[in-house]
Amino acid sequence: MTTTIFDAMAAQRNHATVGRHPAAAAAPAAASPAPDATASARAASSDVPPSPTGTQRLTFAKAITLGLRRALADDPKVLLMGEDIGRLGGVFRVTDGLQAEFGEDRVVDTPLAESGIVGTAIGLAMRGYRPVVEIQFDGFIFPAYDQITTQLAKMHYRSKGALQLPVVIRVPYGGGIGAVEHHSESPEVLFAHTAGLRVVTPSSPAEAYALIQQAITSPDPVLFFEPKGRYWEKGDVDLDAAAPAPHGSTATGMDSARVVRTGTDVTLVAYGPTVATAVKAAEAAAAEGTSIEVVDLRTLSPLDTATVAESVRRTGRCVVVHEAPVTYGSGAEVAARITEDCFFHLEAPVLRVGGFATPYPVAKIEHDYLPGLDRVLDAVDRALAF
Amino acid sequence: MLPAVEGGPLADEGLVQLLTPAGERVENPEYDRYVAHLSDDDLRAMYRDMVLTRRFDTEATALQRQGELALFAQALGQEAAQIGSGHALKPQDHVFPSYREHGVAHVRGVELAQVLRLFRGVDHGGWDPVAHGFHLYTLVIGSHTLHATGYAMGVQRDGLVGTGDDERDTAVVAYFGDGATSQGDVSEALVFAAVNDAPVVLFCQNNQWAISEPTTRQAAAPIAARAPGFGIPAVRVDGNDVLASYAVTAQALERARSGGGPTFVEAFTYRMGAHTTSDDPSRYRTSEQEEHWRRRDPIDRLRTYLESRGALPAEFVDALQAEADAFGERLRTQVRAMGHPSSASMFEHVYATPHAGVEADRAWFEKYESSFLDAREGSHR
Ligand SMILES: Cc1ncc(C[n+]2csc(CCOP(=O)(O)OP(=O)(O)O)c2C)c(N)n1
Repeated sequence: MTTTIFDAMAAQRNHATVGRHPAAAAAPAAASPAPDATASARAASSDVPPSPTGTQRLTFAKAITLGLRRALADDPKVLLMGEDIGRLGGVFRVTDGLQAEFGEDRVVDTPLAESGIVGTAIGLAMRGYRPVVEIQFDGFIFPAYDQITTQLAKMHYRSKGALQLPVVIRVPYGGGIGAVEHHSESPEVLFAHTAGLRVVTPSSPAEAYALIQQAITSPDPVLFFEPKGRYWEKGDVDLDAAAPAPHGSTATGMDSARVVRTGTDVTLVAYGPTVATAVKAAEAAAAEGTSIEVVDLRTLSPLDTATVAESVRRTGRCVVVHEAPVTYGSGAEVAARITEDCFFHLEAPVLRVGGFATPYPVAKIEHDYLPGLDRVLDAVDRALAF
Repeated sequence: MLPAVEGGPLADEGLVQLLTPAGERVENPEYDRYVAHLSDDDLRAMYRDMVLTRRFDTEATALQRQGELALFAQALGQEAAQIGSGHALKPQDHVFPSYREHGVAHVRGVELAQVLRLFRGVDHGGWDPVAHGFHLYTLVIGSHTLHATGYAMGVQRDGLVGTGDDERDTAVVAYFGDGATSQGDVSEALVFAAVNDAPVVLFCQNNQWAISEPTTRQAAAPIAARAPGFGIPAVRVDGNDVLASYAVTAQALERARSGGGPTFVEAFTYRMGAHTTSDDPSRYRTSEQEEHWRRRDPIDRLRTYLESRGALPAEFVDALQAEADAFGERLRTQVRAMGHPSSASMFEHVYATPHAGVEADRAWFEKYESSFLDAREGSHR
């Protein structure tokens, strides 16, 4: 045992601990833990250059970066936390450059401890901060599952509204990138099944830029699922259009689904990574004379059944597409609700296309697990055959 | 003092060392007895394993660059910690690795090509964990430290601890990184190991980095310092010294096998490569630091020592070189021959007994697949 070394280290550390935190000298920015304090504290920091404006062609990842950047610039209470998000810019580089710009106190490299990350984010939120947490990969959210479902989700309820926890948890999710196990999972439904959490997932760079800002301004905890297989895809983003909604308002559409493409024969419902697949399927079907409407759910909790139902009442047919296993999946929820709401308009049962009742398979065969164009069109054919 | 090493000012103090970085043998009254029996042949065997492990890293990295592997995590720089500790194991011992323990896998008789099945994306494992007493790699950081501890509790219940029979008494080792010690699971493993006196060695390879984060982002005191607080003795060892790694592990294993309970080992080493082939270490660390550690290369250290004793004859070196070349070539061939798993294989082994949900999905999938074969004859899609 090398106790003496440890003692020496401890002594040295205690000495160094005084005033260790650079912000310790200043008075706490939010003396009051009341969430409303954050609104009054909101102010653009003078030393942060203005956010970029205009319409730019950006990758999905970069659109999120700029959304985060804008949130950091707009609200001094916003802070990012996660493993490797600082100097490295995250393993997907979504936070690239943000630590250099906003400092180590706003963009925090955390210890390798997901429960710790979410648990401390809860405490920070109670103190008036708005932590945006990055979970490095979908399969590593589970060490934090307890904190998310037993604490984060329920604090507002338990405190009868006295405590708000505006925490955003960013999760790169989904497959198709040839990764090793635990790096391609789709656990979104576990969180949509947990009351108290909002669950959203963008499907394009423009959506991502807007939605991340709406998630950050949301007074409720938000699970923000990023389709990692789409990170490198580009799209036009209007950097001015998506100013964050005011606190307490979700009017800008975080809770709403969106019709991505109109059609008359079948409604394809998708979200996140499968929206692009659904659009491709619609294009392929159009060549064969079938007119497909594509609805992007955007949000799994709350589920915007109205937008889907409106579409299905017109088309009479509905196919839901997601990567997560079909069994007990989000497709089951959509199918049940559409059946209840649109029973007399349906020409066919609501069909589901998604992952199988197996763990996520090895990379070499993941394309057989993921719902691709063929499987989607096969389901469309089956729906039309009724 | 280590320049530009972010492990704190005392980072490399208190380390057990039997070979200096210059390859000179230093006496250590406590640990010398654990290496006294090692012959030159034994040391050459360790040298051979270190060289082959490094060759494995080089080949696998090249295979990844050629697109044959999706990803690879090198053990580069950690050979002494792995081979030294691995050689201290007995056949009946059990190892719970994380994902970079290729050297230990090799010592446990796992054919290293099998390890690459995981990185190629054709398998979630690749070897029989029972046959080798070497469990599957764990990608969720820290989880397996609890499995190792539980396994050790089983060994204890089976009466395989403290019998005095060298062939029976059994120990368990968990390998994990410095970053892993931040996980709750690892603290929980320390709790369970301590209160149960479990015959487990918690072997932390502190390679200074958890991807881009230095150890100082995980701990404000030496990693080993926390174990005594749980009631577990801890020792810090120079992880680039194969002899010291062997000795310290042998002592810890002996304690475990004899019923003395758990030990926490911090092997102070350095990850000389990238975290994985997807990582770019130039974003977060200096070439000066890398150069400092290159001068402390674990293989060079043992080579210098063996040479100074005249125990590394040219024939041995030449034969090893030839063996490494042949090994590299075999690896390339084996990897390229791994082929493609059948799509239906995803439905296998989900459960130990048939499960209606899986069977239904399998049936649907097979019918769907065969519809394509039919369709090819016709003109459908
Ligand atoms: C629970 C969990 N969180 C995050 C990751 C992603 N990840 C993989 S390796 C790694 C760093 C591990 O560092 P360390 O434990 O020091 O081991 P090393 O890689 O240095 O051997 C991280 C963050 C993971 N695999 N598991």
